[in-house]
Amino acid sequence: MTCFTLNGKPVTSQLPASTRLSDVLRTEMGLPGTKIGCNAGDCGACSVLLDGAPICSCLTAIAQVEGAAVTSIEGLHADGTIAKLQDSFLAHGAAQCGICTPGMMVAASALLAENPAPNRHDVEDALGGVLCRCTGYSKIIDAVLAVGGDAKISPRPQAGQNVGSPIRHLDGQPKVDGSLIYGDDAVPQDALLVRVIRSPHHYSSFKIGDKAGFLASHPGILAVLDASDIPGRNCFGVIPPFADQPVFAETTALYRGDAVAAIVGDADVITHFDEADFPITWIPHETMLTPASAMADGARKMHANRDGNILVRGYVETGDADQALAAAAHKVEIHTTTPFIEHAYIEPEAGYATREGNRIVIHGCTQAAQMDRESLAEILGMELDAIRVVPSACGGGFGSKLDVSFQPYVALAAWVLGRPARICYSRGESMRASTKRHPSDIWLTVGCDETGRISGFVFDGIFNTGAYASWGPTVANRVPIHASGPYVTKDYRANSVAVHTNAPPAGAFRGFGVPQSAVAQECAFDLLAEKLGMDRLAFRRLNALKNGVPTVTGQVFNSGVGIDDCFAALEDSWHTAVASAASFNQTAISDDSPWRRGVGIASCWYGCGNTSLPNPSTMRMGITADGKIVLHQGAMDIGQGANTVITQIAADALGVPVHDVHILGGDTDLTPDCGKTSASRQTFVSGKAAMLSGMALRDMVLRHGNVDANAKIALDGAVLTLADAGGGTLRIELADMPVNDHGYVFMAEETYDPPTSPLDEKGQGVPYAVFGYGAQIVELSVDAALGRVRVDKITTAHDVGRAINPLLVEGQIEGGVVQGIGMALMEDYQPGRTENLHDYLIPTIGDVPQFDHVIVEVADEEGPYGAKGLGEHVLIPTAPAILNAIRHATGAAIYDLPATPDKVCAAIAAAQAAQGRP
Amino acid sequence: MQGEVSAVAADYVRVDSLEAAIAALAKGPRTILAGGTDVFPRLQDRPLTGAILDISGIAALGTIAFDGDYWRIGAAASWRTLIDADVPPAFNGLKAAAREVGSVQIQNRATIIGNLCNASPAADGVPPLLTLDAEVEIASAAGLRYLPLSAFILGNRKTALGDGEMVSALRIPAASTAGQSGFLKLGARSYLVISISMAALRLAVDEAGIIRDVALSIGACSEVAKRLDQLEDALRDTTLATASSRVTPDLFAGLSPIDDVRATAAYRLQASCEITRRLFYEQQLNFAKGVAA
Repeated sequence: MTCFTLNGKPVTSQLPASTRLSDVLRTEMGLPGTKIGCNAGDCGACSVLLDGAPICSCLTAIAQVEGAAVTSIEGLHADGTIAKLQDSFLAHGAAQCGICTPGMMVAASALLAENPAPNRHDVEDALGGVLCRCTGYSKIIDAVLAVGGDAKISPRPQAGQNVGSPIRHLDGQPKVDGSLIYGDDAVPQDALLVRVIRSPHHYSSFKIGDKAGFLASHPGILAVLDASDIPGRNCFGVIPPFADQPVFAETTALYRGDAVAAIVGDADVITHFDEADFPITWIPHETMLTPASAMADGARKMHANRDGNILVRGYVETGDADQALAAAAHKVEIHTTTPFIEHAYIEPEAGYATREGNRIVIHGCTQAAQMDRESLAEILGMELDAIRVVPSACGGGFGSKLDVSFQPYVALAAWVLGRPARICYSRGESMRASTKRHPSDIWLTVGCDETGRISGFVFDGIFNTGAYASWGPTVANRVPIHASGPYVTKDYRANSVAVHTNAPPAGAFRGFGVPQSAVAQECAFDLLAEKLGMDRLAFRRLNALKNGVPTVTGQVFNSGVGIDDCFAALEDSWHTAVASAASFNQTAISDDSPWRRGVGIASCWYGCGNTSLPNPSTMRMGITADGKIVLHQGAMDIGQGANTVITQIAADALGVPVHDVHILGGDTDLTPDCGKTSASRQTFVSGKAAMLSGMALRDMVLRHGNVDANAKIALDGAVLTLADAGGGTLRIELADMPVNDHGYVFMAEETYDPPTSPLDEKGQGVPYAVFGYGAQIVELSVDAALGRVRVDKITTAHDVGRAINPLLVEGQIEGGVVQGIGMALMEDYQPGRTENLHDYLIPTIGDVPQFDHVIVEVADEEGPYGAKGLGEHVLIPTAPAILNAIRHATGAAIYDLPATPDKVCAAIAAAQAAQGRP
Repeated sequence: MQGEVSAVAADYVRVDSLEAAIAALAKGPRTILAGGTDVFPRLQDRPLTGAILDISGIAALGTIAFDGDYWRIGAAASWRTLIDADVPPAFNGLKAAAREVGSVQIQNRATIIGNLCNASPAADGVPPLLTLDAEVEIASAAGLRYLPLSAFILGNRKTALGDGEMVSALRIPAASTAGQSGFLKLGARSYLVISISMAALRLAVDEAGIIRDVALSIGACSEVAKRLDQLEDALRDTTLATASSRVTPDLFAGLSPIDDVRATAAYRLQASCEITRRLFYEQQLNFAKGVAA
């Protein structure tokens, strides 16, 4: 028994003395605002105040707070400084998914209590212990710094002015006060706990022993589930023709982390269960962790129907690349490699399932509720209607929460045992089991003529796709389409291959392989510009894709190609930065300082939506009899802001203020299918569906009133008013009108599916209806004696077609850029070695640069109000721009990511040796 | 991560005196829990079970104080306690290390002595404490014994603690608190980072600018952080003004770094030499400033 003060009130914990304080808060005290991201002090999500000082509640035994005062996010009273802090977080867009926000708020509150007017360095020191994977930290720093000053005012736009307005997130308040419910925050009290038994070996056959005997000797464990318990198909996969991943491996586990069984029982027993007691025998095989080993002669075949362990190949060809290279005045060859990259969302996979008669209801975090539902129906052998998915808030996804993870285990347990069943992955389990960014091995030869125009481009990429298909086919298909970058490339050949290995399944991660290929292409472009003696930006502008010029797949856009607009927007910053670096370096050399500055640039293009495949979204919008406007918004908001942006679009289409629209989330019983949150498609595809549905609803209302098309719609309680241009006003008493099956007096439901066409055998066709474009300038400093890189400033120019919400556009850019910094400088997932957040490093608040953004708007013909997707684009240019800047600063050419200090140092030494310097 | 709570009580003993702690240990082995920042992460997500001795409530061990002969750092004193302590400039290196331990959250809980007992090759506290000639006070039912820090940490995760023993304090002889000190840690990111290499330096310089006392140690480049005798000998009784230029790679031969996910061994050696040079250079500048003033 422990007595302490919690949020100002005396409380007593009855839990054992050794229980983690975080667990006491979340369970016994019923305060789930304190998040658990790692249970190791690596992420700070669990921060609380202990006698006013921030600590990690996951590292504190409850007995240790006897007599002390503990303050959790729930106890940060929303008055005075805390109210300002909350408001500032919202006004700056400092909370995206919101999972780190309680930790950030707690840490910031301690700082502000001690120092009401901190500087940037103080804020970094105070918040350095809390990891955020969404925001790129910059807006968090700004939000804390602004607390002492005048409040930043958020607009509340009128009808017709919603699109383009930098309103704050519509769903932000519960994030800053800690009340938002994530996957593990509201599980039923009586839920059983599920623990998945996973392979500790990279590649191993196995045999499960005596289950009945095991159950008999382990009271409290109610079931052992394995492949034999799957009622339907023991297989799932995000791309049905390639589906190959078993819920439970049957005889052979293909990677470390592969699930082989699950135990279900009383939470306490399951928690204390020692996995060494599970009856299983392992027979490990020789491990193939690299494509080279998996493609070697005689390599063991991992999937019966996949010769050579090859999952799929991708190919795009146009013109005659060999001939163009032979004729080129200059030619460069480059080989780049990138490792596995972990998504490292701070919320691990978590959720629960309940059985309701012959239906299964799954609650939890996801990026793709409807796809989860389809997979679950197959696995459970049930009709689609029998599965309901109720998404919780999603504490970060970035691609990995597109694949099903925890869902089959809780669903099966609830189905078999008839009781609610829950799970929350540990950090280690999340890292071992979940998908990763594909490691790449890329060879590129690219030439140009004497004027600098690209002449010949030959690309070969090998992608390590891990044990199962996941999104491997998408990566293999996307890369050859995008590898040219947004440049005119008439003679082009790109091959890609996705190879199975005994590594975690490589899947979707912001950019689907394009960030990897951009490293090769953009670094090669710097080498070509150097051979030409040409300015690197001028070289890119010379080759930039333009309206009316075919892409490498032969697609021609007559409008909307915005890459040169992005480059143009960066001209001044580029020349200033280059001159400033030169002058800095001159001084540094004369001062004998080890520091060198460098400037790099890189670009991106990215097709929004599925590649040459249908990917419709459906939006429903209605008006109730009591005058409520409801948008059934099924595009999962994983922090990026779909709830806000799509509502802004819908509101303008209908002609009402955005703050009058109520959002209904992605519950599959209530909301039509908006597809998955991936491929930068939600603003474009679901946004377009929202626009169409808003317009249809408007049309219906205006027709009902028989008023002109420009009439103004207003709602005053249950009265809808239509005011036409002539001054006439019509009042419609909604309460008198008939209500449809969905509860609406007016309702519209529209679907949008972007027009694409299949690619032919040479990869020619229309893969995407819309591309977005962008470019970034990186200014950085290299400590040449230690190889440490400090990114000083990043200037971005992204063509978003139309910035539906400029504040959220900046948030997406900064978050993606900082993931790009991680990719360039530190991130390296090694199965069995970096399965935690202290060996696997992601950027902290101290690793982020100053930002300057130019939002470019070259309207797209297809996109809603001209908008294009953005989410993935933003990550693509960052890593190559950093590598180019390191080379500019020091001469060091690093093409093997990440550019850790030891590699930078070695590359500087190699560059100096090549120039005959010591 | 499962947010589980346990009905299976650990054998958890929380004490408020060293005597009670020793008495508990005399009855059988226990995991000693202070700040919890190593004990809990080691469990991954498992609950804390087994026999626990919580010493975080021993107020007498929570302080840092000078007793006339020694500076004593109690076993329950946190890095935060050190950062806030009024101690001589020779502790500046240790304070700099304290500010680089994990994060503010970790510094507020983690103890200096826990850092030693955890015996990681990358323990931030060890190099600066080696330059202060710290001694480890080990308590047991048999009384107190003292070991030099270098004899206490025996290897990766290995210490000289025997059955029934615990570290009660560190003591730093007054004679070793002369002069100035510095610390540099090299990692692949800011905050929450495990060192690739780190260097701690303590220097006493006479009025003529001659180095009279020098202590230099390197961490994360051998199984246990090390003082570099060869380097100290080479620089003792020489002029500080040119010391940094006389820090040469051959003086680091005593180190035995490894290749791992954080860096190559070759880089660790090179970087250790570089950060050591910078520590000397920083002291050169400070001394020059002091003379000018």
